[in-house]
Amino acid sequence: MRKKKLAGIFVSFMLAAGVLAGCGGASSTSGEKDDETIKIGANLELSGGVASYGQSIEEGLKLAIEEINKDGIDGKKIELVTFDNKSDAAEATNGAIKLISQDKVSAIIGAATSTNTLAQVEIAQKNKTPLITPTGTNSTITSKDGVLNDFVFRTCFIDPFQGTVAANFASSDLKVKNAAIIIDSSSDYSKGLAASFQKSFEGNGGKIVAEEAYVAKDTDFNAILTNIKAKNPEFVFLPGFYEEVGLIIKQARALGIDAPIMGGDGWDSPTLIDIAGADPLNNTFITNHYSSGDSDPKVQDFVKAFEGKYGGKSPDAFAALGYDTAYFIADAIKRAGSGDPEKLKKALEETDGLGLVSGDLKLDKNHDPIKAAVILEYKGGKQEFNTKVNP
Amino acid sequence: MEFLQQLVNGVSLGSIYALIALGYTMVYGIVKLINFAHGDIFMVGAFIGFYSITILDLGFFPSLLISMAICAILGVLIERIAYKPLRNATRIAALITAIGVSLLIEYGMIYVRGAQPEAYPGDLIPATSLDFFGVKVSSQSVLILGTSVVLMILLQFIVHKTKIGKAMRAVSHDMDAARLMGINVNNTISATFAIGSALAGAAGVAFGMYYTKIEPLMGIIPGLKAFVAAVLGGIGIIPGAMVGGLLLGVIESLVSAAGFSLWRDGVAFVVLILILIFRPAGLFGKNVREKV
Repeated sequence: MRKKKLAGIFVSFMLAAGVLAGCGGASSTSGEKDDETIKIGANLELSGGVASYGQSIEEGLKLAIEEINKDGIDGKKIELVTFDNKSDAAEATNGAIKLISQDKVSAIIGAATSTNTLAQVEIAQKNKTPLITPTGTNSTITSKDGVLNDFVFRTCFIDPFQGTVAANFASSDLKVKNAAIIIDSSSDYSKGLAASFQKSFEGNGGKIVAEEAYVAKDTDFNAILTNIKAKNPEFVFLPGFYEEVGLIIKQARALGIDAPIMGGDGWDSPTLIDIAGADPLNNTFITNHYSSGDSDPKVQDFVKAFEGKYGGKSPDAFAALGYDTAYFIADAIKRAGSGDPEKLKKALEETDGLGLVSGDLKLDKNHDPIKAAVILEYKGGKQEFNTKVNP
Repeated sequence: MEFLQQLVNGVSLGSIYALIALGYTMVYGIVKLINFAHGDIFMVGAFIGFYSITILDLGFFPSLLISMAICAILGVLIERIAYKPLRNATRIAALITAIGVSLLIEYGMIYVRGAQPEAYPGDLIPATSLDFFGVKVSSQSVLILGTSVVLMILLQFIVHKTKIGKAMRAVSHDMDAARLMGINVNNTISATFAIGSALAGAAGVAFGMYYTKIEPLMGIIPGLKAFVAAVLGGIGIIPGAMVGGLLLGVIESLVSAAGFSLWRDGVAFVVLILILIFRPAGLFGKNVREKV
């Protein structure tokens, strides 16, 4: 298995060299596609540090594709080609090259995190193949400095929106006046959320009293938490990923920081509860894309189907967005009438009001969806639906 | 008060470094080999402890003992397979082999169980916060500090007061002369690795209990920090490892407290560079001239 993977990496390096040497040659291969099955690549974090994100997305994708293939899309079926990028940006780039030049997919779904998605953007643009991230929320994925990456799409809302929702929730629902921010400085996602939180929170008249940073894989946060405790904030904004967030919450509560702590969808993993423990997680909140506790019939149907397929396991937001991404593509394939990447791109762009589990999907001019967010609260180690915020 | 709290933070972080550094420094002191795989034995120890607790359903202390025993065997195996054939080779060859063994253990572990993290169950040892005039001290960190001190004393006792310790010191002094005096050099070196690795295993379980999260690459940074701690205290000197570990933990905490949390790891290695420039034998080391 390992050997195969190594060989795969080697082959992708060779292919990378080939793509660079032959610049643009890859795009002409798309014409050879079979009309009956349309290959869609999935470049996901199936192992490594954030494996639980990738695995959930894959489960959602598989469920949706099973449903779609039952009737087919005007006689066509979708075939999913998965690639495990091991939660590593360099591997994600290799995966995108492999999926496009070797498997000749019509579009790539992935990756789960912003950093691993950004690692594929250039490849997708160069080869004119649509890249759709189900959960990459960093705003620079689809457009940077006003320049649109026209082949890149996403199914989720973007960081500034999550930061804004969190800031508004803190100001108007929790009625706090000052806050501390803890940033994972090795993550584009974390920095993006923190920046928009700060802007909105200060816009609401709040004050940021402390700002601390850490890097992924740290394990001891007592020193920065002691600094934060000294400033006595009423609220802590912690946009990070579950491995470190779990440790930070545990250590913060042990040091006696009792203020509400809030983060984004990066917290959403059962591992968070294992690491932090149920008690320390009380009085913490996250913004998220969807909640299985939402009473919308579309959500409830999805939850039922998912639990049926995966033995009673409740779908998290990653699974829901994976599921939605498959329908997002299927809808575009239907309107494009083929799996041709360029036609598919145009059809994806024209998506308007498509009803999905995580809310109705419509894209703005930057390819960013305009849709609702939910706020969840941890109570006794379980996520509970708190409120839904429309854009 | 805040400063005191930061000192306490530093000491609890440092006692983990010290626990790992003890094994590091002991192996170096006897065999003159920097065993870079030490941090990875620490990781294996953490996982063995985790599986004993979750799968075999054992308590903290039985798990600790199982982990120490298996790590001791692993340490001896590594020495016999990887280092023994190189005993008469140059020191750089052994050093490079140690790095190779380290990578083998890390990625072997990922191959076997994947790279996803695991969380120690939280209810092993009651994690109460003791409150001293507003300074919070976790009961677990007191336990870890206590464990390190006890192990240090035990190690010092073994090396200086027992027969096997005498043999170790003789081997460290002159391997050939020791052999001529009838000391079984191979067994002595195996014993050194067994004890050093058992300490790493104990440190792994303690780390898992205190920080909860364990994963296959968790040994790299603590292993390097423990190396810095060992050099800081004077490599090969057992109390030096203890002091070096605590000092390094305090330095790191104070750097973070001063608002440079992103510089924390950098500062640890600046300490290494400075100590190598100004006091290569470490804080506790004596300057011994090489005989020519």
